[in-house]
Amino acid sequence: MSVAAERLSMSGPGPGTLTRVVRVARRQVLTVYSLLAFAYLLVPIAIVILFSFNHPAGRFNYTWQGFTLNNWKNWDGVPGMRSAIELSLEIAALSSFCATAIGTLIALALVRYGFRGRGATNLLIFLPMSSPEIVLGASLLTLFLSMSSIFPLGFGTIFIAHVMFCISYVVVTVKARLIGFDRHLEEAAMDLGANEFVTFAKVTLPLIAPAILAGLLLSFALSIDDFVITNFVAGSKVTFPLFVWGAARVGAPPQVNVIGTAIFVIAVAAMLGNVLVQMRRSKGAN
Amino acid sequence: MGVLHRNRWLTPYLLLAPGLVWLGIFFVAPLGFLAYQSLEQGDIFGIGYKFTWAWHNFWDSISTYHPQLIRSFEYAGIATVLALLLSYPLAYWIAFRGGRWKNLLLLFIIAPFFVTYLIRTLAWETILSDQGVVVRVIRNLHLLGVLGDGGHVLASPTAVVAGITYNFLPFMALPLYVSLEQIDHGLIEAAGDLYASKLHAFLRVTLPLSLPGVIAGTLLTFIPAAGDFINAQLLGTPRQYMIGNVIQSRFLEITDYPTAAALSFILMALILVAIFVYARIIGTEKLTG
Repeated sequence: MSVAAERLSMSGPGPGTLTRVVRVARRQVLTVYSLLAFAYLLVPIAIVILFSFNHPAGRFNYTWQGFTLNNWKNWDGVPGMRSAIELSLEIAALSSFCATAIGTLIALALVRYGFRGRGATNLLIFLPMSSPEIVLGASLLTLFLSMSSIFPLGFGTIFIAHVMFCISYVVVTVKARLIGFDRHLEEAAMDLGANEFVTFAKVTLPLIAPAILAGLLLSFALSIDDFVITNFVAGSKVTFPLFVWGAARVGAPPQVNVIGTAIFVIAVAAMLGNVLVQMRRSKGAN
Repeated sequence: MGVLHRNRWLTPYLLLAPGLVWLGIFFVAPLGFLAYQSLEQGDIFGIGYKFTWAWHNFWDSISTYHPQLIRSFEYAGIATVLALLLSYPLAYWIAFRGGRWKNLLLLFIIAPFFVTYLIRTLAWETILSDQGVVVRVIRNLHLLGVLGDGGHVLASPTAVVAGITYNFLPFMALPLYVSLEQIDHGLIEAAGDLYASKLHAFLRVTLPLSLPGVIAGTLLTFIPAAGDFINAQLLGTPRQYMIGNVIQSRFLEITDYPTAAALSFILMALILVAIFVYARIIGTEKLTG
């Protein structure tokens, strides 16, 4: 890739000194701009992490007062936060699993089969992603309120909502992998006498497994971070984002930053591991 | 298995069934309920809400809440343009200069998503607070009167737009990156060989080829931004409230369901119109370009 970029920069018509200087300057402008944009993206994260070590004077954790490890030691010192985190983790685990199963099946149907209503199905998958969250939350709440004996607000309704908005993302992720899939591998398996089910289990599934895993992780992340829709359908249950919302009204304690930092570190470590594996693999390929 | 073999046409429907049932009951049907509710009349305490084809709910809510509606689209529009301006060069830089580090750099772009939405918005409260560096710099540049509001940056439109831009930036940057990354470098070289200047090659080759990413990114940023209420609530005041704030409070605090439902539909309809207009503009530009 970098080779291509180098070729690109040398491929212009005869480079005079002046044009070369201009070109270098222009290149640096882009680089400097990009670094500033990265800073813009990363500074708020640094603030979150930094203020998890703050020693706030009053209720408000807005200004830097001094370094302390107490917030990390007493991460559980805020009433209600632990149960909110546990609820968020339970819902995220359960709903991402269900959404991934349902979404993978839809993706298989959409890519592998021609059938009546394919266009309509595609539209139905696209719409939840393109509707504002607040509309999704509001409409679900009207359904749950009209049928409150079947759907009492609480764990069940949060779970239902999270599966609903995660399905589309799983479909998109798995579909992308299936489209770039070499069908000859399956045909080869069939030629060698494997039936459809064996072929699926031994060839198709292992090949799309990375996409299924990606869909699962994406759903988990979407679920654990969701505030808007959950806020509508949670009833009296409190997930971690709802807890933060409530805490923000009276001044969020630094422990909120501790949990935010912990979630960030875990997620980045997972992604970093994945990226490093990919980089090693592409290096091996070169 | 035998049944499946004999009725192969059934397979896709079986695969689809759980998902379609779920989305049917918990996505499509609720929209129907919402539509029904938007035409109700009454109040929550007395007789309750009754369905009466109360179309005037729509006109009433528009005439009462058009400032918030207009503000939503204004803020979302500005934030989308800012996000595009910020992330196009960034995505370009990663796609063309990232080399082996591309995936790692991409991780930086999506890093904000790993911090809980509300917590990263609260971080902006810290950054833009009156004692912070940002406000001091703005004050020294004598821009506080322009960007701020009453000597503060927090609780001003600037703060809300900054928060929205930040929160949805990865939605813009990722599709841009994907479309830029796919561009065949040979095409740009060919433009150079045919004596196109670098600028010309960019305008005539790279930019048009990255247009799908621009379209996807713009929509993915604009739609959630127009419906957002968290930034206005945490970084603004009621004077910066957007339509999302109104829907949220009408629904959950005042329990004025018909108005909230009507506003939800108005928001969806306006977003669809905006997308349509945008698609027309981009489409014609593509034709003439």
